[in-house]
Parts: sequence; structure tokens; C-alpha cells
Amino acid sequence: MTGILSLITFAPMIGVAAILALRAMSAGQDTAVVANRAKIVALVTSLVTLALSVFLVSKFDAKDTGFQFVETVTWFSGATYRMGVDGISILFVLLTAFLLPICILASWESVTDRVLEYLAAFLLLETLVIGVFCALDLVLFYLFFEGGLVPMFLIIGIWGGKNRVYAAYKFFLYTLLGSVLMLAAILAMASIAKTTSIPDLMVFKFDPKVQILLWLAFFASFAVKMPMWPVHTWLPDAHVEAPTAGSVILAGILLKMGGYGFLRFLLPMFPQASVYFTPLVFAMSVIAIIYTSLVALRQVDIKKLIAYSSVAHMGFVTMGIFSGNAQGVQGAIFQMLSHGVIAGALFLCVGVVYDRMHTREIAFYGGLANRMPWYAAVFLLFTMGNVGLPGTSGFVGEILTMTGAYHVSTWTALAATTGVILSAVYALSLYRRVMFGELVNPKLAAIQDLTVREVVIFAPLIASTLILGVRPGLIFNLTAASVDHLVGAYKAAVGG
Amino acid sequence: MTFQDALQLARPEVFLAASTLVLLVWGAFRGDKAMGEVSIGASLALFVAAGLAAVSPEGTAFSGGFIADGASAFGKVAIYLISPVAIYLGDRWLGRVGNGRFEFPILILLAALGMGMMVSAGDLISLYIGVELQSLALYVLAAFRRDDAKASEAGLKYFVLGALSSGLLLYGSSLIYGFAGSTHFDLIAKSIEGGATGTGVLFGLVFLICGLAFKVSAAPFHMWTPDVYEGAPTPVVGFFAAAPKLAAMLLLARVLSQGFGTALEQWRQIIVVAAFLSVAVGAFGGLAQSNVKRLLAYSSIANIGYALIGLSAGSAEGMEAVLVFMVLYMIDVTGFFACLGALSRDGKPMEQLSDFAGLARVRPGMALALTALSFSVMGLPPFSGFWAKMFVFKAAIASGQWALAAVLLLGSVVAAFYYLRLIKTMWFDTAPGQTDKEPLDAKGVALASALFCFPVVLPALAVLEPLAKTAASAFGLK
Repeated sequence: MTGILSLITFAPMIGVAAILALRAMSAGQDTAVVANRAKIVALVTSLVTLALSVFLVSKFDAKDTGFQFVETVTWFSGATYRMGVDGISILFVLLTAFLLPICILASWESVTDRVLEYLAAFLLLETLVIGVFCALDLVLFYLFFEGGLVPMFLIIGIWGGKNRVYAAYKFFLYTLLGSVLMLAAILAMASIAKTTSIPDLMVFKFDPKVQILLWLAFFASFAVKMPMWPVHTWLPDAHVEAPTAGSVILAGILLKMGGYGFLRFLLPMFPQASVYFTPLVFAMSVIAIIYTSLVALRQVDIKKLIAYSSVAHMGFVTMGIFSGNAQGVQGAIFQMLSHGVIAGALFLCVGVVYDRMHTREIAFYGGLANRMPWYAAVFLLFTMGNVGLPGTSGFVGEILTMTGAYHVSTWTALAATTGVILSAVYALSLYRRVMFGELVNPKLAAIQDLTVREVVIFAPLIASTLILGVRPGLIFNLTAASVDHLVGAYKAAVGG
Repeated sequence: MTFQDALQLARPEVFLAASTLVLLVWGAFRGDKAMGEVSIGASLALFVAAGLAAVSPEGTAFSGGFIADGASAFGKVAIYLISPVAIYLGDRWLGRVGNGRFEFPILILLAALGMGMMVSAGDLISLYIGVELQSLALYVLAAFRRDDAKASEAGLKYFVLGALSSGLLLYGSSLIYGFAGSTHFDLIAKSIEGGATGTGVLFGLVFLICGLAFKVSAAPFHMWTPDVYEGAPTPVVGFFAAAPKLAAMLLLARVLSQGFGTALEQWRQIIVVAAFLSVAVGAFGGLAQSNVKRLLAYSSIANIGYALIGLSAGSAEGMEAVLVFMVLYMIDVTGFFACLGALSRDGKPMEQLSDFAGLARVRPGMALALTALSFSVMGLPPFSGFWAKMFVFKAAIASGQWALAAVLLLGSVVAAFYYLRLIKTMWFDTAPGQTDKEPLDAKGVALASALFCFPVVLPALAVLEPLAKTAASAFGLK
């Protein structure tokens, strides 16, 4: 089985090569025809990657706490090509492979300009994101982590909305600023521990004083990526300007790289520092949950509202991770996966009406349920998932992270519960304003309900939201061993 | 050691000098129509010299004035291999603008010879000879289009300020000689052993570093760079943004490690300040530029700052990092100027940032190459510029300078803005019209170096890194 991770990681690059070849071969042909062929190539590539990821999960030994499918190739002194997955990372690989075909399908008709480049950028992004979750070497991890900026910058900047240049710059510079500090920390770790291997570093004991600095540097990067209050301001801009599929990737996967980084680096490598900074993270999480929920309440743009709600939901994730117990961490992982699906689906829902009306202003809509009953039903399901209604996957993560936090800090958990109420307020009021009431705007009179393509896009998202809502064990069975191992090591290190 | 043995060690340089003279005579007889032949001859001579340097025996010759070791061989091979690219690009470019003169390849040869001397210098005198030979050739090259006002201005500025820096260099050398009692690096090192650095020697060292800082365009001696980059012919800039910097950096590394290795704590302060200022000037100065050549000048100032960080580590790892950095940077910058040399609209070279609007639509290949090169110079993984930066920062952090490293990494975020602006202009803006068809030569070089910066660099590092390590061990640092 050695080599399967590299195969999954670089499979999308084969699609990129095919698209480039297609472009070179079909010079002078009708662009629409060429674009269609490229879309099929991209879709097939992403589906093959998905199939490979499913195969990977089926071969995964859930009882093993270590890394599996490990590949090691010495590169040059200072960097090793080392890949591997454990129970924490494997599901993010699956999530990425799962969302990519959906993104490509979602862009099928809405993207008409430079389609080949668009698809190539998405496939490139897939490679880099999967690489982030598989990399077991710090340098390799940074390579994938930072490389992802390039395609996302282009996706926002080329295919984005009116204010795309500003949003693209902001996204890029914000993230880069956080990341260079992480690079400094990575290099410092390499020089202290004389290795860049992540499994080795997870058992290396850094001096607590050094841990504080390294922790802060890593935290700067992941907090921006996550994003946590107060460095979240790039996210609403990026979301609003990005094309629909870009928003799906951004909310669905890119944000999860931050949470993944917390789990992979901060807790196991710097346990003392993590304990030291837990109150800070709790405070930032709670502020994120309450403050951004209130901000979401006041938004006039649907996408911006969902973007702020993402920040709030990520607050639960950081709270769960830093509670440092199995419930909290399990809940955080679950919340990330579930939010990846639900937030992605919500952005797709916005895309549906945006493709038809080319506006995301809440006030423009109203009474859509009269004309688009199926759409209303789908939107309702994901709104409920976003609120955290029991029976949807959104509920499981929230309740677990709050339970986890309750063990550590009652007040934090208590404050976080208000976030659940606030999320119901903004999500339901959004739903009411867009869906219910009379259809007053005459422009909406002829609006069409979901097409077959859109139903195909939503079907897997609906299924996973509901299935994970009633059978969360599907996830927990895979993550349990690794999480217990992580939490056990963490508690042992901090003596609690 | 007999004179014969000494010549053996200096074989690449002797060969280059002889070929230069032969080609010069050849050109003088045949006139300007011989430019093509002379160019080919010069390139061949450089390739042969690179080969000779690669297999050169090690040792010191001419009573210590000339050193042939791993570091000099590494530097020479890099310099002699990049110079033919400059000859090739310049030959075609000058031919197109109707300024093809056979002196061009000869001057590049002379400059390369000077650089070869620089990386082999074992005492202050051969150091000065190397630096001057190289500089004089470059002054003329900068003003090679003598009927172009801007080029003449660039040449003159370069010359006047260069002369000033040579003065500093000489003054510093004489102080060092006066107080240390020798011009040989190893004897200087002996005289200051045990940290007994006299004020006189330190004074001399400061002047020496200032003079060399000018050559590598490190702040605060960078003032000539933007003007000269803007005015000089594009392929010439591509040349002297690359090879001479590598040579001067290697020379600086050698002087500091072999001559003043025991005074590490003293010179480190100067290098750290220069590195900090260079990154600051490069990052903030570039923000206001609208001319791409000027922008690249600031970018080169910033990048030299990064190379200096590696130097400031004062360790074998740091020297290795500097070597890797300079080679990777050299390839990036050659590609960048090849792009600029290739692109024109209605016969006018594209130099303003706004000229690049919408290039991705009109010339996707060139835009892709420029994008890759920009990301690379910015230092974004997986492009070559990232690895270059990674090595120097790693060395700096390993030597305990983590605060400096963190601050300068933040500086790279500021600089990222202007590379992003170039990328944004090419990809997000709309094109004002078609560009001219690119000449194959410049386009080829541009695409090749873009391909090098990604993905060829990934396997190439596995070769380059051990080579640089062996080379750096010649400096005798820990």
C-alpha cells in the first residue's frame, strides 16, 4: 500500500497536465467545446481521487494509533519527503476529495471565462490541500500549506466579484504574514530537535520557555487560517468576492487546515505552552462565537452572513481542541468535518440564487419558497444543520465541544451556549427574509427551481449531513484511537 | 611551488584571459560583423573554463594570492555557466536594437574573468584586481548603448559611485595592511588571533565591507541600483544582477571567514545591520515603483539582505546557505530579465507596470513564467526562491539570530505586495492590446528558468545542496 498517499495527493496533477495538454492541442477550436472537455477531464480526475480516498479509508486500520501508509524518501539534508495519515488527518483527505467534484459541478455553468485555467487552479489546490493533511515532515507541510495561497489568490482575483483584487490581496497577505512566523518556528524546531519529522517531533520534549515562542509563532499562522477573532477580517471579504466554488473550498477545507494544525502541532508538540495559553484561546473562541454571531445578524449580504457564521463555528472548534480532553477534541474534529459539508452546502445554496439573479443582497429576495419549493427545503435543511439541530451533523460537534469545554471551564462553556441561540437567530432570520413572505420583487417571478445538476450536487451533501447526524459513530470509530492517543500523551505531558 | 604548478591552479583564468585576447584581435580585424562569431567563441571559452574549474586541483598559488578550493570551483562553475546566457541574450537583443558590436561578448568575458579572480582571491591585492576588472567591464556594459541618454547616465552613475566604493575598498585594505602587517587573508587572521582586534584593523574591515557592500548593492550602499537597473540595457542588467553578486558574495564570505573568522562578533554586527537595512529598503522602496526594472532593483536589494543573513550566521551552514541562495537567485533573476527583454509592444520594450496589464490573456506562456518567477523571488513554496530563503533563515536561526530572522521574514511579507501587484496586473487587469511576438532566444531562457524555479528545482536541490556543502567547507568554519 506504500505510495497510495502520493497517488491520491498527485492524482489531481495528472488532471492538470491533461488540461494543459488539451489546451495545447486544441488551439483555434471552439472554446466552448474545449471547455466542456476540460470540465469532464477535471470531474473525472476529481472522482478518481475521491474513489482512491474512499479506498484509503476502507484500508485504514482504525485501531492503530500511529501513522499509516507511511512513505519516506530522503530528499536532501534538511528535508525528507515523508507522508502518512492517522485517524485525525485521514478524514480531512476524504473531505477534500469529497468536496472537489462538487465544486467542479457547481462551476459547470457559472464559470465561462478562462475555464481551463479555473479547473487547473482547483485541481492544483486539491493536490496542495491533500498534501497538507498527509505531510509528515515540517518542511513538506509548509510547502503544501503555503503553496495553497497561489491557486486561491488566482481563484479569488480572476473569477471573483467586483472587489476581488482587494479581497485577493487581503487573503494572501494576511495568510502570508501568519505563515512566515510559522516558518521561523519550523526552522527553529529543526535546529533545536535536529529533525523535521513530525512523528519524531511529537515525542520530542521542547523546553517550556522555548515552547511559548514556538507556540505563538504556529498559533499566528493557524489562527489566521482558522480564522479566529480578531484576525478573521480577511474571511468575509474573501468569501464575498470568491466565486461559489471558491467559497466552498475556502469554508469547507482551507479553514480546516488551521484546526488540523492545532491538533497536529500545538497540542502534541507544545503541551505546556498549550496549557499556558488555554485561557487565551478560550477567551478568543468565546468572543468569536458571540461577537461574530452578532455581526452576522446585521449583514445584508447572504454570503457575508454565512462567512461570519463560519467564524463563529470555528470558535467551537478551537474551544473543543483546547479543552484537551477526548470529548472536546472529538467534537472539534467532528465539527470541522460537519461544518465543511454544511458551510459548503450553504455557499452552494447562495450560488444557486446568485447564478439566477446575480445578487446576494438579502433584501432583494423574499418569498422564494413560493417559486422554489425544493430549493427552500434544501436550504432549510442546511440552515438547521448550521444552527445545530439534533439529527443533523451540526449538533454533534457543538454539543461535544461544549461538554469538553465544560470539564475545563464552566464559564467558557456557558458563554458558548449563547452562541447556539444566536446562531439560531441569525440563521432563521436569514431564512425567513429570503424564503418566506410574499414574493414582492417582480424580478423573482420567473425564477426556476433546482435543476437536475444542482440536485446532483446537493444530494451527497444532504445525505452526509443527515447520516452523520444520526450515526456520528462512523466518524468517531475512525478517529477514536488517534484522539485517545493524542489526549493521553497531552495529559501525560502536562501532568493532569 | 613552481610557476608551472601555479599556472595549473589558475588554468581556467589563464585560458579565459588568452581566449579573450584572441577573440579581441579577431574582432578587431573582422569588425562588428564578427559579433556572432565572437559571441560563439566567447561562450565556448566560458564553457571550457567552467569545465576546467570543475576539475581544477586544489591549492594556493602565487604566494597565497590565488586560492583554488571547493568554494572557488563552485563559484567559477556557476559564473562561467551563467555568463554565456548573458552573451546569448545580449547578442540577440543588441542586434535587434541595431547596436550589435563585437566588444559586447569580450566585455562579458572580461567581467567573468574578473569574477573568477574575485572568488579565487587569497589576498587583498588579488581581491582588488578581481573587483576592478569586473567593475570596469560592467561600467562599460551599462553604458553600452552610447547614444541612449539613459544608458549613458546609468553607466556614468555606476562608474562614479563604483569608483567611490573602490576607494573605500582600497582605503580599508591599506588600513588592514598597516595594522595587521600583511595582505594575505590567513596572515591577517593570524595577526588578530585571540580576539585581539586592533582598532585600526577594525576600521579597515569596516571600509572593506562597505566597499564590497556597494558591489552587492546592500543597503546603505544601494543608491546606484535602481538608476542603473533602469537605464542599462535589459540583458546587461540581467547579467549584472546575477553573476557579479554571486562573485562579490563569495568574496565577502571568504574575506570574512578566512581573514576575519576570529573577529566574527565584530563583523557580524555590521552584516546584521546591512541585512536589516537592505530588507527594509528593498521591501518598502519597491512599494512605490511603477517601473518594473526599478522594482527588480529594489527586489535585488532585499534579496541581498537575505543572503547577508546567511553570512551573518558565521557558520559552515550559513556559508552553504549563501551559496545555494545566490545560485537559485541568479537563475530567478536571469529569467526575470529575459522576460523583460522578450516583451515589447509596438516595438517599445514593456517596462512600466501598467504595460503588463492582461498579459495572461495575450501571452499566457510568458505570463505564467513571470508569475512563477515572481512567486519564486517572493519566497513562496514550492518555488526555488523559497528554498533559497529557507536555507539562509535556517542557518541564521541555528546560530541564534531568531529575532532578526523573524523580523526579516515579516519584511518579506511587505515585499510580497509588489510582486503580487505584478501578478495582479498580469492576471486580473484587462489588456490594452496585443504585444509583439517574443523573440525565441529570450522567451526560451525565460521559460527555462521558470521551469527551473518550479518544478526542476525540487530534484535539483538534492544535487545542489551537497555541492554547496562541500564548497562551503572550504571556508574552514564550523
